[in-house]
Amino acid sequence: MSKFTFADGIRQAITEEMERDPAVFIIGEDVGASGGVFGVTKGLWERFGSDRLWDSPISEEAIVGAAVGASLVGGRPIAEIMFSDFSMLAMDMIVNQAAKTHYMTGGKLSSPMVVRMVTGTNGSTGAQHSQSLESWFTHVPGLKVLAPSTPEDAKGLMKSAIRDPDPVMFFEHKGLYVGRGGPAGEVVEIDPIPFGSGRIHREGTDVTIVTYLKTREYAMQAAEALAEEGISCEVFDPRTLVPFDYEGLRSSLEKTGRLLVAHEAPARGGFGAEIAAWAAEHCYDVLRSPVQRVGGRNTPVPYAPVLEQFVLPMTNQIAESVRTLLGKPTIQNQNINI
Amino acid sequence: MTNSLTQTATRAVGIDLEEGMDLLRRMILIRRFEERAAQLRASGLIPGFLHPCSGQEAVAVGVCAALGENDVLTSTHRGHGHLIGRGADPARMYAELFARSTGYNAGKGGSLHMIDAELGFLGANGIVGGGIPLATGAALQLKRTGSGAVAVTFFGDGASNEGAFHESLNLAALWKLPVLFVCENNLYGEFTRQNEHMLLENVADRASAYGLPGVVVDGNDVLAVRQVAAEAADRARNGMGPTLIEAKTYRHKGHFEGDMARYRPKEEVESWMKRDPLVLFPNVLRDELGATEESLEALRQEVEERLSRDIEWAKEQEHPSPEDALQHVYVDSYNGRALR
Ligand SMILES: Cc1ncc(C[n+]2csc(CCOP(=O)(O)OP(=O)(O)O)c2C)c(N)n1
Repeated sequence: MSKFTFADGIRQAITEEMERDPAVFIIGEDVGASGGVFGVTKGLWERFGSDRLWDSPISEEAIVGAAVGASLVGGRPIAEIMFSDFSMLAMDMIVNQAAKTHYMTGGKLSSPMVVRMVTGTNGSTGAQHSQSLESWFTHVPGLKVLAPSTPEDAKGLMKSAIRDPDPVMFFEHKGLYVGRGGPAGEVVEIDPIPFGSGRIHREGTDVTIVTYLKTREYAMQAAEALAEEGISCEVFDPRTLVPFDYEGLRSSLEKTGRLLVAHEAPARGGFGAEIAAWAAEHCYDVLRSPVQRVGGRNTPVPYAPVLEQFVLPMTNQIAESVRTLLGKPTIQNQNINI
Repeated sequence: MTNSLTQTATRAVGIDLEEGMDLLRRMILIRRFEERAAQLRASGLIPGFLHPCSGQEAVAVGVCAALGENDVLTSTHRGHGHLIGRGADPARMYAELFARSTGYNAGKGGSLHMIDAELGFLGANGIVGGGIPLATGAALQLKRTGSGAVAVTFFGDGASNEGAFHESLNLAALWKLPVLFVCENNLYGEFTRQNEHMLLENVADRASAYGLPGVVVDGNDVLAVRQVAAEAADRARNGMGPTLIEAKTYRHKGHFEGDMARYRPKEEVESWMKRDPLVLFPNVLRDELGATEESLEALRQEVEERLSRDIEWAKEQEHPSPEDALQHVYVDSYNGRALR
């Protein structure tokens, strides 16, 4: 069992970058002495002090606005939005200000900052604390959108995000912080990971499953189960949604000829639709069957565990979608797009 | 904690004639820049919106006169005066209004988004209240780096009803950030009079809710504005935190170029017109500092000639090429192609 957790990866990246560059600082609710709701900034207060961690009032617009403003005059802020659901309150600063700065100033100014957002559900966190909103941000030119699924990727991508000259939306799935066990804190050396470079977690020949964040774990379990049935899945994690590793996806599809996209966000208007459309436009020559998507149902995320598990795409549903793709469904296929 | 006072220095305190003429030059430049822009727009040379600040010149010039080189500013949809007050080049402003590639924003901004990064002017803003958190953040970085500089944000009475205003004041007061919140209260938010959008008479009174001083000043008196801004900037530089300044003023024209502003009572307009800063201040210069009628006329002439040259220059500038639309979406190597 790894001692290196997802939170460690992010914390270590931030620590190393704060040591490298004094312009890097953190702003957010409870990021200071308390170390954050998910413990990501634990220990940083003692190490870097109050000039590097600005423990702010509950003011999402001012938090992100301050980060954007500081970035305009040489700062390299990391703003934490405790739950991505609350990014709504800061949407003007993200979408109308940060994302537009470089463009509407004709390249004269830019807004290099990172917005860290906790996303997805980790069991009964309910409709206002569980949303997966990454595709909203992919729709905004000027933003880069990151969605790591492993501690190593979280560290490497966070390092790149902090160094990046553009505003970066960094999604951290709350179900990835926990569940790794063992004492945390082991320092793992990771180089910055370039954006737009996907990672193949499992090689396969029958179908490519594109997935990210927590859903990658379910996809891996599904791939394992399917292997016993003689189905070979390739699991491809793009790691960054904008920019996206389309070359990597294309080479995988050249091998497998089939595509399933799996993510936790509602299927309707989700990023899976974008990937599916791209594949249909650009990989039709290698596709052997229509592209499939499996996403969250088009409902808010419910509270009761039995309801929550019904609306989220988990291992069984992913496996079943693969079987359908291969023309071998075992149970009556459910229409996920209600 | 609140220190609400009304400053009205109708006298020429603390300046000599040359300085005074300089302030007036800038105020006339703003007025004539916009009047000529309105004509150019009517003749089809300028696409999009223009929000004129005629009548409010003393606020822009007074505040900017109190600032130093390293200070930074954010502005509003009504930003021409702030830019010129800060010393921006009207030629490049016209080039931007004409949507040319040598304009301040390479033709990507227009009036609503104009910047001069070299002057620390971080931009006009199409979002009411949008510049307030940005200046607050800039002030945070200025404080962090011990720069001794301050940030200034201009906004209207209408903007003081936005959440961004309230969150920012609280944050800035809490952290004692070096920022001047400058409300240009021209009595209207678009077509809505102040008494229809807030119950308070003074926007400055909102400061007490957050524990910072609020000051009311005659916004048509450039010297009073300058004095109040200088005091606030001193406080900020000395680590004493932000000040909310409310400058009471009036916009002579409609909300945007083309708005006839029929929603305003005639008597109100007339009484404010009598307090036109471009009449008040020349009177002070003449009566108290001995400016001659000829020297004032020469100043007007000088501004006119300068603007004519600036407009001619701007008219000759190149239009961007269509593919330039793909530039500047991102800073790094993704430029020149839409990032997938
Ligand atoms: C967030 C937002 N809401 C509404 C508008 C439309 N709008 C543009 S200017 C304006 C009035 C602003 O009034 P005020 O802040 O007093 O500034 P003034 O126009 O008087 O200078 C409005 C409502 C906008 N641009 N942004």
